[in-house]
Amino acid sequence: MEVISDNLGLFLRGMRTTASLTVLSYAAAVVIGAVVASFRVSPVPPLRAVGAFYVSAVRNTPLAVLMVLFFSGFPDAGIIVQSRYVSAIIVLAVYTGAFVAETLRAGVNAVALGQAEASRAIGLTFPQTLVLIVLPQAVRTVVGPLGSIFIALIKNSALAALIGLTELAGATEQLISTTAEPIPIFLATAVAYMMLSIPSSYAVARLERRLAIKR
Amino acid sequence: MTAPVLGEIMGPRARRRVLVLSIAAGAALAGFIVLALLRLDANDQLDADRWRPFTNRAVQDFFLDGAKNTVRAAVTAMVIALAAGGLIGLARLSRSLPPRLLAAVYVQFFRGLPLYVLILFCGFGLPRLDVRFGTFWFLVMALSIYNSAVLAEIFRAGILSLDRGQSEAAYAIGLGYWPTMAYVVVPQAVRRMVPALVSQLVTLLKDTSLGGLIFYDELLRRARINAEFTQRTLPSLVVVAVIYIIMNAALSRLASWLEARQSRRYGASRIEVDGVEDLAVQSAMSAAGKKR
Amino acid sequence: MTRRRLLVPLLLAMALVGAACGSDDDDDAATTTTGGGDTTTTVAAPTFDAGTTMAALQSKGKIVIGTKFTQLGSGLKNPTTGELEGFDIEIAKLIAIGIYGGTLDTIEDKIDFKETISGVREAVIQGGDVDLVIATYTINENRKKQVDFAGPYVIDGQTVMVKSDNTSIKQLTDLNGKKVCSGTGSTTPDNLKAKNINPSELVLRSTYPECADELRQGRVEAVVTDRGILLGLVEASGGSLKLVDIEVSEEPLGIGLKKGDDAFRDFLNDRLEEIFASGEWAAAFERTIGKLGVATPEPPTLDRYTGTGTATTLATTTTT
Repeated sequence: MEVISDNLGLFLRGMRTTASLTVLSYAAAVVIGAVVASFRVSPVPPLRAVGAFYVSAVRNTPLAVLMVLFFSGFPDAGIIVQSRYVSAIIVLAVYTGAFVAETLRAGVNAVALGQAEASRAIGLTFPQTLVLIVLPQAVRTVVGPLGSIFIALIKNSALAALIGLTELAGATEQLISTTAEPIPIFLATAVAYMMLSIPSSYAVARLERRLAIKR
Repeated sequence: MTAPVLGEIMGPRARRRVLVLSIAAGAALAGFIVLALLRLDANDQLDADRWRPFTNRAVQDFFLDGAKNTVRAAVTAMVIALAAGGLIGLARLSRSLPPRLLAAVYVQFFRGLPLYVLILFCGFGLPRLDVRFGTFWFLVMALSIYNSAVLAEIFRAGILSLDRGQSEAAYAIGLGYWPTMAYVVVPQAVRRMVPALVSQLVTLLKDTSLGGLIFYDELLRRARINAEFTQRTLPSLVVVAVIYIIMNAALSRLASWLEARQSRRYGASRIEVDGVEDLAVQSAMSAAGKKR
Repeated sequence: MTRRRLLVPLLLAMALVGAACGSDDDDDAATTTTGGGDTTTTVAAPTFDAGTTMAALQSKGKIVIGTKFTQLGSGLKNPTTGELEGFDIEIAKLIAIGIYGGTLDTIEDKIDFKETISGVREAVIQGGDVDLVIATYTINENRKKQVDFAGPYVIDGQTVMVKSDNTSIKQLTDLNGKKVCSGTGSTTPDNLKAKNINPSELVLRSTYPECADELRQGRVEAVVTDRGILLGLVEASGGSLKLVDIEVSEEPLGIGLKKGDDAFRDFLNDRLEEIFASGEWAAAFERTIGKLGVATPEPPTLDRYTGTGTATTLATTTTT
């Protein structure tokens, strides 16, 4: 058990990194997702194609492949982001953004057609309709799935360890290879992740109760 | 789903505007692609000799074997997870407390853990505790444990999604708890779960890419070995990404076809499991699909 | 495998070749079990006392040995042939011949190679996943608490690798304030601390090719680990990376085995002495690391410590 107290600093730093990675990536993913969802529902065919391609490609590729591709593969082509942290955020945001986009698109579909028709009738342009009327309602419809994606992101952030970032999973990896007591380390890591995901689940549930449009 | 959703019949001005925007967007897209290609060329990424190794039969086999290993691990883990998940799901619905509690703890614990950490533990931690298996089985172990927790939730959601009337009617005609489950509840629930199960299989295929962590010779690892051997990272990784996309896109298409068919025939309601992004999207889409 | 059918014509061919370039096949062995540097002499399998690990391995018919799969010079899996190549692999084969007999060409059937990265070597030995680890494994006191070592079979040392155009790192103290990469579970962090070197960032990756990638991409400025590993990376880089002549530490590489198995350890040390004396060790070195431009050294002095694991003459840096 001393192995935990000896390395408490490493654990806490890892938790902090995981938390900040998750939050920042999610924020970026929401932006990306909203933009891509807009593309997918727009009447402009090239935009729809770009959105569809992006979602298809990213959803069907493992996150591990994307991480390694961006961090180790892209520099070959001249695209290199120096910071490990920023690289992880970019990849996590792009990956999660695809799921957010699909979820938002489903939400948009769920918003009654009448809403769009009414807003067009009072003279709002397509972008205005989307941003002011449809998307806000769409988000409220899919709060649950969006929250689920956030929780999934907490776990996916572990893959930042693949590019050498010392977040929680990376800390675990280093500890497991240098000590002889895997079980306490494993349990401590499990508890640490639960300390991040359980409050998040709770927050999502409350948010859902407050915001969700019951249909 | 490519038709404009905020659909309205567009008048001539709107049509012209969309045409202009389409041309502009198309041009921007083409320009972007050209720029990207030029950039790649400037870094010699489009040179034939970087890509020629992939026409070599030995290299192709190397990658295809990796894909086979990936599928093998995924399918094995899925089969085990199905069996285990079914049992645990039933346990969660048990009327007596101990199985319900144990199952709940199992599910909450393993779903809250990243698969990355679980694989690390199975592959590097267990050997220190004198547990001996091969790399394949350590990976399958981790994948099965994690997915059995998710599948247990899917089973539970599937069974709970069934109308109460079904089980009530079964009790009314004198069936006990287990016969009701076996003949009435589970068969119907399983039909509803199939799209979610296929979706989870796609997730599982993607998750096998973490096998490289414990040196299971799957596709991503083979890509990295080849990259090291040829001293070039980009081509190997791109090829592997394409292979994954093809595999998973095919399976995803199957999943959505199944989902559409299920809701047409059986009125399937959405199955939602917290913390799994593929299922989240699927449930959001089936919920939305019903509204129209 | 069609190896058995090819053996006779292969032996004939190699005997002809061996006769033609005979000068480096010096056989000065006093024992009867080894035959210089050629790969064709069939060695008879010795018999072992019942109850020893060697006897158990003989009856099992296979030995599981953990090595590196991505280290040019030590243990590298060739993706097009699927074969493992390297000095550690050769040592593994020579050890196995000491158990099963046979030749270097045929012995591979008896060996099950498993990939082991730096971070898991103790785990796979303790867990019984492998019988031996020959994977650029540095002998040190800390590790002796968990495993035993036979050897050393070669003296390596930790040194520094940088980009070929780097001129700012010439001596050890130049590493201060620089970004350095090494492997998880390696002795580098301790070695640097012992010499009071403080890099600005010490990145730990699971495998060394990842470190080499980072170096090439400019994410780190130096990679610090065993010379043997770095040589392989330099060679593979085709000129873009180079070694700097800095001694970070002297590392005796040993064969890792389960702690307490003294009979097995004695056997391994005896076998090492055999191949040191017979010239097979030198030939193996020349076939692998020697091809990377390193001059073949003298075989090292074995450290046959007593069972409790307290070394007497080992000149390693101490670890906390």
